[in-house]
Amino acid sequence: MSSQTARSNLMALPAIAWLGLFMIVPCLIVFAYAFLTRGLYGGVEYTLTSENFARVFDPLYAKIFLTSVRIAGLATLFAILIAYPAAYAICLAPKRMQPILLFFAVLPFWSNYLIRTYAWIVLLNREGLINNLLRWLGYDGEPLSLLYSEGAVIVGLVYNYLPFVILAIYSSLSRLNGDLIEASRDLGAGRVRTFLRVTLPLTMPGVAAGGVFIFVLSIGNFVTPALLGGGRFQMIGNLVYDQFLTANDWPFGAALGMVLIAVMIGLLLLQARASARFSGETAEAKHG
Amino acid sequence: MADALRIKLTGRGILVLVFGFLYLPIAVLVLLSFNESGLPTSWSGFSLRWYVSLAGNSDILHAAWNTLVVAVVATLIATVLGTMLAIGMETRKRRSTPLEALAFSPMVIPDIVLAVALLTLFSRLNVTMGLHTIIISHVIFDLAFVCSVVRARLKNFDFSIVEASRDLGASSFTTFWRVTFPVLLPAIVAGALLAFTLSVDEFIIAFFTAGAGRASITLPMQIYSMIRFGVTPEINALATLVMGVSATVLLISQWLNKEQMTR
Repeated sequence: MSSQTARSNLMALPAIAWLGLFMIVPCLIVFAYAFLTRGLYGGVEYTLTSENFARVFDPLYAKIFLTSVRIAGLATLFAILIAYPAAYAICLAPKRMQPILLFFAVLPFWSNYLIRTYAWIVLLNREGLINNLLRWLGYDGEPLSLLYSEGAVIVGLVYNYLPFVILAIYSSLSRLNGDLIEASRDLGAGRVRTFLRVTLPLTMPGVAAGGVFIFVLSIGNFVTPALLGGGRFQMIGNLVYDQFLTANDWPFGAALGMVLIAVMIGLLLLQARASARFSGETAEAKHG
Repeated sequence: MADALRIKLTGRGILVLVFGFLYLPIAVLVLLSFNESGLPTSWSGFSLRWYVSLAGNSDILHAAWNTLVVAVVATLIATVLGTMLAIGMETRKRRSTPLEALAFSPMVIPDIVLAVALLTLFSRLNVTMGLHTIIISHVIFDLAFVCSVVRARLKNFDFSIVEASRDLGASSFTTFWRVTFPVLLPAIVAGALLAFTLSVDEFIIAFFTAGAGRASITLPMQIYSMIRFGVTPEINALATLVMGVSATVLLISQWLNKEQMTR
């Protein structure tokens, strides 16, 4: 090991130690807990079992799992459908405006998640702004119960994570080689065909990165379902929360947490492979 | 040309819709916080009464103080560790995949999982939880974000000036403080400001690692219980203040980052 490498490693060491001690070790403990048996009063007994993972597939919990996948999947789909045109529109703006537009698109993402979720309670509740607006427009039936529905949860998720999806897709779009689009047009492809056959495939890495991000954060979310779903829509995040704070079944909660981590790692690996494949195609397109 | 104009206008239209979607809900909150009646049903005149009532709410002031303590201490630790990590990673001869994964994972790990993992660790070790355990936990993701901001700067860093300094006889210590550090400083401050806002706004991990009782409740935890309790006009005022602070800090962070990129 050269002295430079030794010095670099030394610089990185305190952070590695911190992350090792407070992130890796706790995750390993949770991993171990997932194979232990539930004890009395929230404790654990050191009897190995795979029952906790089997319970994840119990119909009762499998249903919550499927609900989570459905809600997270729909949120991902809608976010991409909104973010793609938004990112495209930012790319069409004058060059010096683009960083400013991007900054203001991402700004809400860094501000308080709870407050952004709360804003939707104000808009959607029975005495809320949307119902008031409808009444003002002449609607005089029962106020609509927009809050505490699956739709409200999905809107909340899309709203909260949209900025990042825009950012991910923009970074792909802005790196797009304009020559390829021009070549496609010159060769007689129409606008729609060029978009579907050239632009969209080449920006898939951005779509995948943004999509994986919102899916992973949505499926493990517990704040949005608790506030906008009113506890009616349990998702995996809520289930983990309950096991640790109310049901006191830490081994089962641990197993659920590990399933979340497994889903995350699986999707990240898929995304890495997808972007490697697509960037491989880009390289071919450039050289071929 | 009519075609080009149409595309341009469609683009503008999309931007208006998307920014409307992103900012209208926030704008409504801000507006309501100044509404005399505090209700979304009608505008009864401009008033600061909800801000005044905030200032007299000792629960909120207590939570705000806790939040400040957590965010400042966590940011200080994370800035030192994150900057050192960034320098360590960028001065290596070869990229280390495990190290890249380690530095990346705090940004992607579902926060509920990190939260329960930390709760498990602290209760296993019989650590009494409080502000100190929230700080330990916040440093984890704070340092990852500081590291990524500083690394972005180091990628454009001309290491030949370090060599020049060494060739001219400066020690590696002097070189760091007189050459490397001043160049990195705007990125370090930008990273620290980002870490600060993340820490101020973080809810789930703080919720799990704060321990029982109200002693170490933070502002997001206070906001969460207020929201669950029902829509009260005070939250609108609190939300406006919190978002105002975040947005200001982020604007400064962004400005610093841009300054240094164009230099």
